[in-house]
Amino acid sequence: MSLTRQIRERVVRALPPERLLPDQQPAYVHSYVYLLGILTLVSFVLLVLSGTVLAAFGPQWWHGSATGRFFNSIHFWSVQVFFFCMVLHLWAQFFMGAWRDGRAMTWVTGAVTFVAAIGTAFTGYLSQQNFDSQWIAVQGKDAMNAVGLGGFFNLLNFGQMYGFHVFILPWLVALLVVVHVLQVRLRGVVKPYPPEERTPSPAGRRTAPKA
Amino acid sequence: MSLRPEEYYRGVRMAPYDLVKEALVASGAVIVAVLVLAAVFSSPDVPPLTIRRVAGETPLVFLQVALGDLDGGGDIASYGPPYNHGTGSVQYIGPVSLQKAMGVQTPIDTARDFVIDPLHELARYDDRLARALAAFEAAPHLQQDWEKAYRGALTKALIRGHAVSVPAGDYGPVGTLMANLLSMGQSGALDGFLLTSSHFYQTDYTRPLLFIQGDPMHSEAAATHLLGTQWGMMNETGSYPGQAWLWLYTFWYQIPPYSTSPNGDAYVWLTMAALTLMLILVPFIPGLNRLPRYLGLYKLIWRDHYYDQRMMHSQ
Repeated sequence: MSLTRQIRERVVRALPPERLLPDQQPAYVHSYVYLLGILTLVSFVLLVLSGTVLAAFGPQWWHGSATGRFFNSIHFWSVQVFFFCMVLHLWAQFFMGAWRDGRAMTWVTGAVTFVAAIGTAFTGYLSQQNFDSQWIAVQGKDAMNAVGLGGFFNLLNFGQMYGFHVFILPWLVALLVVVHVLQVRLRGVVKPYPPEERTPSPAGRRTAPKA
Repeated sequence: MSLRPEEYYRGVRMAPYDLVKEALVASGAVIVAVLVLAAVFSSPDVPPLTIRRVAGETPLVFLQVALGDLDGGGDIASYGPPYNHGTGSVQYIGPVSLQKAMGVQTPIDTARDFVIDPLHELARYDDRLARALAAFEAAPHLQQDWEKAYRGALTKALIRGHAVSVPAGDYGPVGTLMANLLSMGQSGALDGFLLTSSHFYQTDYTRPLLFIQGDPMHSEAAATHLLGTQWGMMNETGSYPGQAWLWLYTFWYQIPPYSTSPNGDAYVWLTMAALTLMLILVPFIPGLNRLPRYLGLYKLIWRDHYYDQRMMHSQ
């Protein structure tokens, strides 16, 4: 029994190439609302790339040189675009009831990604090394201390926050994004709700739609 | 258990879809948008507040903060875990305090760490200061009286530029200690001393930030509209967007009981933990998982699909 062959066959069975990169989708997918997911993904890639450049040159560079400042600005606006698209994507998926028909885990991984992304952005704001990061640190410390986390997760410790921001949390978000996207590809997007079936009530008022 | 897409979409009208082209177009759009925003608006970068600046620009505030650290009346001196065994900022959820349960993990003795130890460093080169320090440490029973007298003297202090003159009083060596600490603050030496410990390399700003976290930082934050009552952490300096995604977290701090309770932070955490769990578990929560059906916004999102279906049925 070859474990390698078993794993390969299982992966190929679950995610054959035509499902990973489909060239056909339901006609209703031709809508701007389905672009929000890919826009979120693309802005995340831009975040990682601009963040990698910032990490490579260090804090003095992004504060002290025009080029560093520009890359810092790219990183700053990427996070704004990332969250703008991600929040719209999340709301859209909520209003579409995207967890239906066996897609609960796709929703769960997406929501957990959102929470992990907030943590990543928060540690990023703490790593800016300007007045805003000082202020967020001293304000946020009270909340962390109030629930007993401040001793371990010390917002005033730049080294620890920077480590979380540039390594631990981005890897977590990237892993969750991969799992989320694979789940979308594995199951496909959810179908629209069936048209409402309404029946007149004795009083002439219409009953609630069937879910 | 979900069906495979091939089975799930049986009977659904399919159309050609170029996923890679879509990703490339999306990449182009995002890159252009971000580059334009970065080039036109740059990014916020208000310089950090330093102890040197506080001591130089607001020497009286510096002395009040330092005296609070020395006499134990300051916020951090009586804060509680994880810094010390005080009770001033200990929060509870019902009868339970997770803060107390975790104990002191980052020990801070404000009198020793923020005042006495830095002055001992300076006293190596200043005999008068060394004598004042020795007199202070040799008379623990008089320290409170001296500190109280000096606090009173500070209310009548005269400020001339960077210098603070206090009227003569019975505050023993405290005046000498405070004057020297102010000099140390104004020279920038205190910034360095609080950052440095036994290591050469430093990345932990806990002590210098705790020194200025009270009035000095609040004054600066009020001027830049960053106070908790001004939606604090989700704002950014200048006119830049901040962490707008923290709006719900910040919202709770604006309303009672969160805004008025001494346990407000713990309650906000508890509330947000419950709401976050609800968000993650939406598919499994009866009622909530059917809410989109009742809200009906899906009709707007899939309006073309429903229109096509109506047309098909009417033919």
